[in-house]
Amino acid sequence: MSLTIKNAHLFDPSTGLNSSGSIVIDGGKIIEVIKGKNADSGKVVDAGGQHLMPGFIDLHVHFREPGQENKETIATGSRAAASGGFTTVCAMPNTNPVNDSGIVTAFMMERIRATSVVRTYPIGAISQNLAGQSMAAINGMIQNGCVALSDDGRCVMNAYLLRKTMEYVSSYDIPIVEHCEDENLVGQGCMNEGLVSSQIGLRGIPHAAEDVIVSRDISLSAHTASRLHLAHLSSKGAVEALATAKARGLKVTGEVTPHHLLLTDESLRNYDTNYKMAPPLRTEQDRKALVDALRSGIIDCIATDHAPHCIEDKDVEFGQAANGVIGLETAFATCMKLVEKRELSLERLVESLTASPARAFKFEDRGQLKAGMLADLVIVDPKLKWKITKDSFFSKSSNSPFIGWDVTGRVLATYVDGREVFNLEKGITV
Amino acid sequence: MNLLGRSLLDIPDLRPEEVLFLIEEALKLKAFESSQKEQVLPQASGKSVALLFFEPSTRTRTSFQMAAYRLGLRVLKLEAVGSSHQKGETIFDTARNVEALSPHAMVIRHGGSGVPGQISKLLKIPVINAGDGFHAHPTQALLDAFTIRESFPQLRGLHVLIIGDIAHSRVARSNIHCLRGFGAQITVCAPPTLVPPLATEWGVRVTSRLDEELPKADVVMALRMQTERQSTFQVPSIKEYTSRFGLTDERLGKIAKHAIIMHPGPVNRGIEMTSAVLEDPRCKVLEQVHNGVLMRAVLLSEILGVPRGKNL
Repeated sequence: MSLTIKNAHLFDPSTGLNSSGSIVIDGGKIIEVIKGKNADSGKVVDAGGQHLMPGFIDLHVHFREPGQENKETIATGSRAAASGGFTTVCAMPNTNPVNDSGIVTAFMMERIRATSVVRTYPIGAISQNLAGQSMAAINGMIQNGCVALSDDGRCVMNAYLLRKTMEYVSSYDIPIVEHCEDENLVGQGCMNEGLVSSQIGLRGIPHAAEDVIVSRDISLSAHTASRLHLAHLSSKGAVEALATAKARGLKVTGEVTPHHLLLTDESLRNYDTNYKMAPPLRTEQDRKALVDALRSGIIDCIATDHAPHCIEDKDVEFGQAANGVIGLETAFATCMKLVEKRELSLERLVESLTASPARAFKFEDRGQLKAGMLADLVIVDPKLKWKITKDSFFSKSSNSPFIGWDVTGRVLATYVDGREVFNLEKGITV
Repeated sequence: MNLLGRSLLDIPDLRPEEVLFLIEEALKLKAFESSQKEQVLPQASGKSVALLFFEPSTRTRTSFQMAAYRLGLRVLKLEAVGSSHQKGETIFDTARNVEALSPHAMVIRHGGSGVPGQISKLLKIPVINAGDGFHAHPTQALLDAFTIRESFPQLRGLHVLIIGDIAHSRVARSNIHCLRGFGAQITVCAPPTLVPPLATEWGVRVTSRLDEELPKADVVMALRMQTERQSTFQVPSIKEYTSRFGLTDERLGKIAKHAIIMHPGPVNRGIEMTSAVLEDPRCKVLEQVHNGVLMRAVLLSEILGVPRGKNL
């Protein structure tokens, strides 16, 4: 039976859609987008005049399954995604065992089928066991469903291995996702190298640690004519290199996290490990450059780098604490701060969560409100005020730097395949 | 002045007049001490202090121990280097457990910057930072200011030259904080690899030319060189470090007659300074150690509300 979502504010910047209307869904797909008037075929849901958008797409999450199910599972991570409005998420391979072969990918696909409430896709490793020594079992991973390759969490330090992997995967047309941090320059660093690190006495990570790898990888991408996606950019220099690469017409895309768009190393003065991640929070100058690049499209999309950690891994001295913060449930609302401060338009914010990431990973059947697209949708109230609390997470972990923030903008309902999976009042509905 | 029940984590926790008060009290204590023919035995104060040292330390730990002894305090010593971590307890749990033993204050040394501050937020009793990572070593800065003040009528306008590994030095950070606050002019002299990023924004001059700076300094403070630094590409060799930044016999002649020479210890003889420098009358290294006990006794007595007059 078909489903109609009526009385909605249809909002899709990629198609210029910004008006009231309804959407007709059947067979998990959008059948019709009707502007200006309300349809009522099949089952009807009233959106109450709220914004109806394409479901959000996150190219970068860590779901910890298999191996660290105390931190997150595909079940809990996908519920966190649904409540944050994400309908497609891509899970990084730094699990235990590492997703570096078809067998692990197949296991994950099985867990995804059984427990995920949104569309979860594995990303396979570039190198066996993320060791940076030899290629992972690429064909098996891709045949079983991996949508990209990455050693995320580690940088591929051997440029020759990366070059050959880029050449090898060009026959599959999937992107290589690089974690751009030169491990020798990072050393024992645990925060941005700058005035703050120098004052509070923590070892710093220079901007150059990111910039040299971004430049190296862009050169390799040009040489091999292969697709490169730069994960979680943090520095102004990296943004400038990406701009140059795009001007040259290279197949390079980039993402930025909400925390790098919203926070700086000034937040570290209390040694709060919920501000510790890799790459680190940098300066206001970098933050501004990242926002500017996202606005202009040099950075393609927002990705959360949702990285759950249990209390035991975070409640230790700063240098020893695990890297990473969760982000799926707070991404939209926290990034709305940029809209409130007029640093970013609502249109570009939504595009960078929908059509832009779809383009970067060539998800051609989603990310837009158009007939024929998957019926992955989100209903959002951009004006609803709420407070982020430790108890508000579906994630198993609560390592968020945004706890205590008063935010505006909330996901009211999430649909995957034309089926409601999350509703603010009822919670997870499947 | 009321330091009763307060924590000391970093120099900015103290107002300038409080630092001056501590120095004046330490000077008084020293005068009283030298007026006595023999050391007066301390009387039990009924209070206790816990010393938590998560990093090897001889000087600072024994200094606090002696200061506590002189005030008649009971000392609970926990040298937790590796011990509780190996049992899976976090530093924060260890601190909570020690607090449950009911000491009246806790002195903490830890290799991680910020750890004493984080612990102090969890506890009700005052915490004294005995050195954390590269961050702060406030009692060292107080005893150094006390030692400088003994040789000079005031700190304002003094030229202080700090030589060596500034980047990894909590002593340098706390001394700069403290002495700048009193209007001293500070120059740091080090290989560029051992200068922290943007150090000039701390309000100090940065140079690598030791021989030009030595004659201008009223206070020459050498820092300890970690001998493993050469393996992490900070300097080509320790020998080369000494040739450029060591206080050698030749350089001793360039130091002003009225100047004093300091080092937080322990000194690598022949690396940061030669034996001749250590034996020079201008060298205050042992005076610093002696003053450390007095300064820490004053501090503990103020924070714990224990009288000190009769007990020295």
